[in-house]
Amino acid sequence: MTLAALRERLRSRSIRLVLVAVLVLVAAGIAIGVSTSSPSVSTRSQFIPGTPEGTTKVQLDTTLYLPETTPAPAVLLSQGFGGDKSDLATEARTFAEHGYVVLAYSARGFGASGGLIHFASPNYEVRDAKLLVSYLASLKQVKRTGGAPQIAAAGASYGGGLSLLLAGSDPRIKAVSADITWNDLSHAFFPNAVGSAPGVFKKLWVGQLFGNAFGPEASVTCGRFAPDVCAAYQASASTGEPTAAMRALMKQASPATVIDKIKAPTQLTQGEQDSLFPLGEADANARGIAAHGTPVSVVWRPGGHDSPALGGTEAINAAVTWFGKVFGGQVALKQPFTFAEADGVVSAATGDASQQTLQAAGYPGIAGTKRDTREVAVSGRPQRLGSPAGGAPAAITSIPGLGGISNRFDQALMVLPSVSGQTAFFQSARLSKSLAIAGQSTVRLTITSSTGRDVTLFAGLHDLSPDGTSELPSQIIAPLKLTGMRPGVPRTVTVRLPSIVRNVLSGHRLVVSVSTTDFAYQVPQDARSYTVALASEPAGSAGSTQVTVPTTSGTAVSAGHPIAWLLVGLGVCLLIGGGVGFVIVHRRRVLRSDPDLVDVPVSIESLVKEYAGGYRAVDSVSFRVERGQVVGLLGPNGAGKTTALRVLVGLITPTSGTVHVFGEPVVPGAPVLARLGAFIEGPGFLPHLSGRENLRLFWAATGRPDDEAEFATALDIAGLGPSVDRRVKTYSHGMKQRLGIAQAMLGLPEVLVLDEPTNGLDPPQIAEMREVLQQYALTGRTVVVSSHLLAEVEQTCTHVVVMHKGKLVAAGSVMEIAGSDGVQLSVPDPAAAAKVLAAAGIGSQLVPARRALEDVFLDLIGGDE
Amino acid sequence: MTERELSKVAATRRGVHDRLAALDPGRPPTYDPRKTLRLRVEFARQIKRRRTQVAFGLLIVLPLIIAIAFQIGGAADSNAPQLVGLATSGGFNFALFTEFASVGFLLVVVVALFCGDTVASEASWASLRYLLAQPVPRSRLLRQKLAVAGTLCVAANVVLPVWAFIVGGLFFGWSPARSPIGGSFGSGASTLRLLIVVVFICGQLFIVAALAFLLSVSVDNPLGAVGGAVMLVVVSSILDQITALDPYRHYLPTHYNYAWVDTLSSPIRYDDMIRGTGLALVYGAIFLGIAFLRFDRKDITS
Repeated sequence: MTLAALRERLRSRSIRLVLVAVLVLVAAGIAIGVSTSSPSVSTRSQFIPGTPEGTTKVQLDTTLYLPETTPAPAVLLSQGFGGDKSDLATEARTFAEHGYVVLAYSARGFGASGGLIHFASPNYEVRDAKLLVSYLASLKQVKRTGGAPQIAAAGASYGGGLSLLLAGSDPRIKAVSADITWNDLSHAFFPNAVGSAPGVFKKLWVGQLFGNAFGPEASVTCGRFAPDVCAAYQASASTGEPTAAMRALMKQASPATVIDKIKAPTQLTQGEQDSLFPLGEADANARGIAAHGTPVSVVWRPGGHDSPALGGTEAINAAVTWFGKVFGGQVALKQPFTFAEADGVVSAATGDASQQTLQAAGYPGIAGTKRDTREVAVSGRPQRLGSPAGGAPAAITSIPGLGGISNRFDQALMVLPSVSGQTAFFQSARLSKSLAIAGQSTVRLTITSSTGRDVTLFAGLHDLSPDGTSELPSQIIAPLKLTGMRPGVPRTVTVRLPSIVRNVLSGHRLVVSVSTTDFAYQVPQDARSYTVALASEPAGSAGSTQVTVPTTSGTAVSAGHPIAWLLVGLGVCLLIGGGVGFVIVHRRRVLRSDPDLVDVPVSIESLVKEYAGGYRAVDSVSFRVERGQVVGLLGPNGAGKTTALRVLVGLITPTSGTVHVFGEPVVPGAPVLARLGAFIEGPGFLPHLSGRENLRLFWAATGRPDDEAEFATALDIAGLGPSVDRRVKTYSHGMKQRLGIAQAMLGLPEVLVLDEPTNGLDPPQIAEMREVLQQYALTGRTVVVSSHLLAEVEQTCTHVVVMHKGKLVAAGSVMEIAGSDGVQLSVPDPAAAAKVLAAAGIGSQLVPARRALEDVFLDLIGGDE
Repeated sequence: MTERELSKVAATRRGVHDRLAALDPGRPPTYDPRKTLRLRVEFARQIKRRRTQVAFGLLIVLPLIIAIAFQIGGAADSNAPQLVGLATSGGFNFALFTEFASVGFLLVVVVALFCGDTVASEASWASLRYLLAQPVPRSRLLRQKLAVAGTLCVAANVVLPVWAFIVGGLFFGWSPARSPIGGSFGSGASTLRLLIVVVFICGQLFIVAALAFLLSVSVDNPLGAVGGAVMLVVVSSILDQITALDPYRHYLPTHYNYAWVDTLSSPIRYDDMIRGTGLALVYGAIFLGIAFLRFDRKDITS
């Protein structure tokens, strides 16, 4: 494509429109992108003295993040177990970009910090944190209110636990955000779904957690652990029972011990996919803190220790929002409760199931009397289960550290666990309506051990769909351990099933499962045999009991009311529809009909058409066409003939002046145009239809009855013969031209307007056409024909209108125009006559005969043709 | 060719001249603007067009190709989105998958074709000026053209899922719809959901239709109108991927194109579908309003 062609193409209106629209959209995108670019953050790394190990000094590796504007509130950011301060960079930066001074540090025993790991000990880790708070309090960049530095503590997992412990022992902490953390380590490491005694050792997770800190080269020694912590762990892990030392360590490392001292408003975000620190840990923290009148916000977010890839962003955003509220001074005692429903909706982007965020007015707790609950009856015979020696084969529910895989483990095993003889199932009937579970369900079971004095079992709550696939929500099971049993003596207990968020659809069943083994837990090494039955309550209803299910009706978190969008949409529709209708009707009211002109087929008065740029295609043209005339509109190319004719049939709106047809003003779509037949600037047909179909459809589009059409006459005039049934795209130019003229003559209109009708016709056809037009006018109808050929007009027309450069140059009958310049004398011998005339004193010159109109025409338009 | 033979080709029989000579002076025609360009006529003009037939042909062939591809290649692997994985589970899911695969581009192109081509192609054939000079009142011409193009669009939007349902049923059985979030619906509920999907997608494509129609009355070149509408939809979809544009991208015309997957939730979540419909009404009304205003005053120079 040449440059000129390209430029021509760019000038085309469609391309320009699209280009402009694309540019506007892209520019808007860039503008928004630039305006939301992140503010600058400066960082400073340094070592700060921590609590000494005996006499050995300990240095803590820290990074200080300073926001754009200071003084600002500060956040002390603690790491997760096994990591160091570099893991906190994204989170710290997010806080700093939101205007907080952030101090991120590697806890003692991790990264470049010195010292040993004492596992959240109040004498070491918590004291370190207090030293860092003192450091922050000394900084001039940290905002003070009423003399007190504004400092918050935040962290996830180990860091979250440290933050709570710090807040419980240091009143300088004004706000806390603790993510996926624990309340009581003995509950977390030795969970028990019945009673409060330490239960089954969570060997896989706890081993993984401590393994993180042993380091690769020192997995049999104690690595950077303090010797007492190391010894207590190793002694407990080898037996699966916590030793006294371990119990003491776990107790001092648990926020549960200091929770009554926390006065700082606290946000607890907990992951729903978390078998290490399940939702119950956050629930215990929330209840403990709220009991003393401190505002607590609870968020159940997606992800957790089992699915570390999920939910991090939600947790950080929630923390930023929370600190904003607290330091903004608008923290109410009652906080809304936000929770995620995994697989709650189908993602519009991918077609996959994805989570949705729901919100309820207040935190209801995972269980308890204040909860809305539903009772679902489950039934099943008592079932005898075996626990194999060595605990294998074992059921597999989740595997720590495998992240997304364990999160989706059920996708590979979408059936109920099937190690035979190890699991009992109790099914409900199909649910008649869907059940939104959010929290901890309970069921009463009667358990009999036929062998040992203690019982280890794992309870789960499954969602069984009608097609037989089953899901264990969040892959969490609840281990339970009963001690002091006597063989053969049943005991009835209330089992706290796992805390989950799940919308169980109608038609599905709830299934309570009870297994003897689980891969992730320490199970007895000797072979056991148990009988598990539903507690027969109320009495007499053998083989069936109620599962108490906490339900919550959250509303999906989304901006605004959707109905408003629809109302706005409908409103805009009505408004625009009414407005456009009003404008269109209003535009019509200007012109009046002229009763004096009722018998005048065409009357054009001072017609002006000016195009953009001031070019006048038609300039003050006035003429009239009377009945029975054949009027020729004569002029060179570009004289404005076609523009004038387009105005005449209502295709172009004139700049000024009026056009009347039989006294009616011509505007686009004026009904009087039905009395006109037009052929303007070439034929226009649907190329995929035959000539005959084109004429039929054209006439059908006028909505007039077929008997007015005179198809036979029109087809005769077109004279296409059998070709009339071929598709128009196969026609020659002349054939299309004739069909176009025939189309204009359909219905034998009172005024026939033909623009350059003889283009592409050969001489005999031109002669035919001339005769047709003259005959047509003889019936009292009127013909307006434009041409740039003089001979054509002279031979066909009775009257002529001469235009040049948009102006009317002359108008009148062919005789008048041609005869307006002297008279002609014809003699057989011009040379002799000239001599005679000369002798008589009369000057003469020789002119060729029969060129009258052409002379006139050339005179009229001047010498520039 | 001799002159005599030429005049035979011209073939204007003497009878015409006689007939013309015998004519009365004309009588005023029985013209009624409300009868011009009736829907039946406009349908006849459009249905016989190759582009209409090809577009519907494509919609008929596409589900067959997809079904055969699944049949030969086996079901989607486990990494594929679940809506794809479920496609072979029965007629309803196959229809839903076909919609999911087509709504972003194929249906956009088909709708842009029907609505973008309708006036612009008349302009490019020069037949537009003859319709307007008959005269068909301008707003009536737009209304009739819009009605016919809109009907063709709705037909395309109904044909695709219904035909996909039939094809999916024949290939993979007639089991009711299964949702990626688990569970399945009964046949009645599945039908209702598919119906809501079709209605909602029609609503969303109203934006494309109105935009294409606006371009169609603005330019004399069908390719410009159809291509322009598709291009703007593509640009809007690209911008919609940039999450940094939140919350502004929620107002992009294509933002809610896939909100219909919420019919697979239980109960159906209508929120985003209501927002999408409201947005579609606003965009559609603006585009169509401009189209009618422009065309009413436009100088027809094609």
